[in-house]
Amino acid sequence: MEYIINAPVTAASAGPVYGVITIESPELAGEASPGQFLHIRCEGYQLRRPISIAGVTGNRLTVIFEIKGKGTRWLSRRKPGDVLDVLGPLGHGFPEAGGKVLLVGGGVGVPPMHFCAQRLKDCDAVLAFRSKDRALLTEEMGALCKAVTVMTDDGSLGEKGFAAQGVAAMLAQDRYEAVFACGPKIMLKTTFEAARTAGVPCWVSLEERMGCGLGACLTCATPIRGADGQKVMKEACKDGPVFRGEEVIWDG
Amino acid sequence: MVDMRVDLAGVALSNPIVSASGTFGFGREYAKFYALGELGAVSAKGLTLHGRPGNPGPRIAETPSGMLNSVGLQNPGVEGFLRDELPWLKTQGTKIIVNLSAGTVEEFAQMAELLSVDGVDLLEVNISCPNVKCEGLAFGTRPETAAAATEAVKSHTHLPVMVKLSPNVTSIAEIARAVEGAGADAISLINTLLGMRIDLSTRRPILKNNTGGLSGPAVLPVAVRCIHDVYAAVKVPLLGMGGVETGEDAAELMMAGASAVAVGTAILSDPMAPVRIRDELKEFCESHGISEVRSLTGSLEVW
Repeated sequence: MEYIINAPVTAASAGPVYGVITIESPELAGEASPGQFLHIRCEGYQLRRPISIAGVTGNRLTVIFEIKGKGTRWLSRRKPGDVLDVLGPLGHGFPEAGGKVLLVGGGVGVPPMHFCAQRLKDCDAVLAFRSKDRALLTEEMGALCKAVTVMTDDGSLGEKGFAAQGVAAMLAQDRYEAVFACGPKIMLKTTFEAARTAGVPCWVSLEERMGCGLGACLTCATPIRGADGQKVMKEACKDGPVFRGEEVIWDG
Repeated sequence: MVDMRVDLAGVALSNPIVSASGTFGFGREYAKFYALGELGAVSAKGLTLHGRPGNPGPRIAETPSGMLNSVGLQNPGVEGFLRDELPWLKTQGTKIIVNLSAGTVEEFAQMAELLSVDGVDLLEVNISCPNVKCEGLAFGTRPETAAAATEAVKSHTHLPVMVKLSPNVTSIAEIARAVEGAGADAISLINTLLGMRIDLSTRRPILKNNTGGLSGPAVLPVAVRCIHDVYAAVKVPLLGMGGVETGEDAAELMMAGASAVAVGTAILSDPMAPVRIRDELKEFCESHGISEVRSLTGSLEVW
């Protein structure tokens, strides 16, 4: 069930790259599951900003977002005591899993992996960033996961290389029930290919420009392979944002 | 007490606020938040004879005080609508406006016939979609073709027919007179304005379709002017739309000449917008001593 909530901000901080906001809402916190997002209104801007849930503690939810444009800049300036107009939790998230899951996050795709790690019993992670100054949640993921591989494009933190290399190495070392991934599309594609090679099912969270967030306006439609193999348009907001890797038309 | 009832081409609406086509799906997503009977009518997502996948994404871009969209009429087609959506929608206690687009006069006629069924209250002929090539807008930019599409629908239905006009023309009043002359029972306006935005880092348009339709508060004054022009040119009632976000915006469109007002883009950021705007319009009437909301229509006095 979706709610429209005026939620108080209980904590907020912002760095040069990312903003972090924690809000309090028993309704949203009770309903939220990993992979879902909140659709947050930014005062003075026409469209809400869809932001993945980074974690839930008690009645509080945290979102972490990249400060990319004017709307997210406004959001990054919120302070405790401010109230946010939040629609959510929206979308279909990652499936439940009993066995070990490999979480793969790239950049601002790491926060939803953190929410997954909070809920999973057994997980490892590959966290990939452009460079050290863009790394986030590495310590928190270390505390929630058994093994964590950190990678950067330039080698300024952890191993030098791309996520898929770390994914292939982890999949070769251990047995996983599933791979969950969120990040840039090229990372999702290479992660899916590595998982397919290893014979492990993979779910990916897609990012699209979005309007209503509820599945009505059809602006976030993305091509998906239907059960019969035919291309169908699915709403990233409602049918996704999480899809099975096999369903995604990677070059569509 | 304010009498909020209005009449739109013989269709009695409980209040003047209508959901604009394309922003409300077939109503299911919003029926979770309020009964659709709260609205005067629902204008359903635009249909084509056969289902369409729409344009590739990205399909949406924010603009100053508005947005561009290039959905491109993604819809399940007439058959899918009649089978999967109408049976549910007609039990929701609201009036139903069905919006239709076609590539040829014959297709308009065929669609009109198929959609003239129990549960549908009004047909909205879309001759103004800016996002599909060789369809929609092509009909709406010339008086003769606009009249031909209207005539095709009108002669194949017993339902009242409303024609949706584009502001992307030199004289919208001329097109309005043409569709009235071809038998239109009402006119809805305005559809979106053609626009474009560029991603500065890639030097590419943000929209994969390159261009899209501009909507939102940025277009409100264009809507007011177009409604004013068309109200002066025709006798049929008008469904006004374009950037309405508050009850006062709705009152402004009614003063310009609209009998009812559709809310579109505002719904994307505020799912409650149509109900809130209805309540604000009622409060506006109360605070201005207006006992019948319909008395607002065309009450503008120009200098």
